Amino acid sequence: MSLTLDPNIHDPDDFYQELLEAHEHLSKAESDALNARLILILANHIGDREVLRAALVAAK
Amino acid sequence: MVATRYETVFDLYPYARVAGQSGPVQRHPVVIVGGGPVGLALALDLGQRGTPALVLDDHEGAGLGSKAICFAKRTLDIATRLGAGQKMVDKGVVWNVGKVFHGQGKIFEFNLLPEDGHLNPAFINLQQPYFEKSLFEAIETAQANGAPIEIRGRNQVTGVTQQEDLVTIEVDTPEGLYRLDADWLIACDGARSPTREMLGLSFEGRVFEDNFLIADVKMKADFPTERWFWFEPPFEGAGQSALLHKQPDDIWRIDFQLGWEIDREREMEPERIRSRVDAMLSSQSGTVPEYDLEWTSIYTFQCRRMQRFRHGRVLFAGDSAHQVSPFGARGANSGVQDAENLAWKLDLVCKGISDQALLDSYAAEREHAADENILNSTRATDFMTPKTEISQIFRNAVLDLAARASFARPLVNSGRLSVPSVYDGFPLFGEDALQGPAVSRPGAPCPDAPVGDGFLLGNLTGGFTLLALGEIAVEPVRLEAIETRLLHLTDLSPELRARYMGSSLGAIYLIRPDQHVVARWPAFDAAAIERALITATGETLV
Repeated sequence: MSLTLDPNIHDPDDFYQELLEAHEHLSKAESDALNARLILILANHIGDREVLRAALVAAK
Repeated sequence: MVATRYETVFDLYPYARVAGQSGPVQRHPVVIVGGGPVGLALALDLGQRGTPALVLDDHEGAGLGSKAICFAKRTLDIATRLGAGQKMVDKGVVWNVGKVFHGQGKIFEFNLLPEDGHLNPAFINLQQPYFEKSLFEAIETAQANGAPIEIRGRNQVTGVTQQEDLVTIEVDTPEGLYRLDADWLIACDGARSPTREMLGLSFEGRVFEDNFLIADVKMKADFPTERWFWFEPPFEGAGQSALLHKQPDDIWRIDFQLGWEIDREREMEPERIRSRVDAMLSSQSGTVPEYDLEWTSIYTFQCRRMQRFRHGRVLFAGDSAHQVSPFGARGANSGVQDAENLAWKLDLVCKGISDQALLDSYAAEREHAADENILNSTRATDFMTPKTEISQIFRNAVLDLAARASFARPLVNSGRLSVPSVYDGFPLFGEDALQGPAVSRPGAPCPDAPVGDGFLLGNLTGGFTLLALGEIAVEPVRLEAIETRLLHLTDLSPELRARYMGSSLGAIYLIRPDQHVVARWPAFDAAAIERALITATGETLV
């Protein structure tokens, strides 16, 4: 498997709204912590080290 | 005069005048500086092989204080090969349950279920002086059987001069100075190695600015034999992390990570230590059990190594060559592995069987092992003491998640327990024609497995072993002065099959004296084995 950088999320506007809503009413510190947890959960779900490495590069 | 740097707890080798102090200068094949775990293991290994070893130590026995307290399986396997393992395991404490706390709450607990079919446990907790005493007693036994080992107490090395074909050593004793010569000098004289200083060699790496307070407390109270580790402990002034675990003799080791800017003298005040210990011990039960403070110490640590472990006729082993953080118990354990790697090579060189170039492989293999240990201990340190805001955020996210999801628990790093290095791709290892299990591939230390009423590793002693598994034809192989001992096993335990054969019906392994696999084949091939022996001795046969 390789990293997908093509559109892959159904209803992107819905997803984006949910992402922001998850951060509503959070302090900066709480938001940072939420983001960190989210990254770890998603990274574990992907699991594939090649994909994760490619994602780290793509995000830079 | 030889200064006393510390108190000894066991007097093992009291100062005694020897002839070499006044007569003509004597020359020794191997002089080992330092009678700690590394120096003693090396002397014992050499002596059992028949190569004379002289140990010089500036004290008369094992120093007071628990110091290294966790000895891993590979170390116990080495000690067993040397005849010192059983006493250590009998005395040591084995724990299986660990609890990890973050602040007030417990985030998870684990049970280390050991893998079956090994003589030794994954590790034991044992105070370093007991470890040293067991090695010393094995040395006494070896001496009684004629092993040429000598230990001189209160013999402090004050000068080391290297010449092309010998090392000149100046030694101070309670009765004054004397000189001796050595073919080889092995510096096992600890992290502050005076030998390294005398030779003006550097010791580079990363310094961690942190102070750790160690308190050994004696508790008769019924307290669980578990390892408790806190990230951000809730007790006042406990610092970034705290650790509690058990040693023999009702002693509990407690570590507090205090940070850098501390007042050492104040932190060492017994009352102040007691208030911290009270808070920790009562944190789960609400009551403080009765205890005595046995030993306390503050230390800082660094992760670094010498660029090269061999400098001509002087070789460095253990903490003198490399230093790690204490997380993962990679100090004494890796040092004992250094000793084991060096012993058989030095033996071949001293006996004139191999050229001294063989010793370069000691340096290469153990420098690699040191890098691995430094990497692991640095990662643990960075997890425990995040250095930036974002690393703190991720670290705490891992701890938060670990409380509710199992996936995050392997990310929690309070030290990765010492495991032996696999010398993958190093020049002294040969082919993997068997394509068998990864755990026993060329370069790996042999995994243990039941054999008859005993275990495999108990049969891998002395020199090179040719291990034949299954109903296959095999003959002993000899290459000039290198003999292989043939061990042919046909009654195979399931563990032995799983760890050595995979799906193959037969297997041939060539195994080094330090129990690392050189090469392996599905069937006997004398020419291939001879080639592997040439490889295993670094093409240095004289």
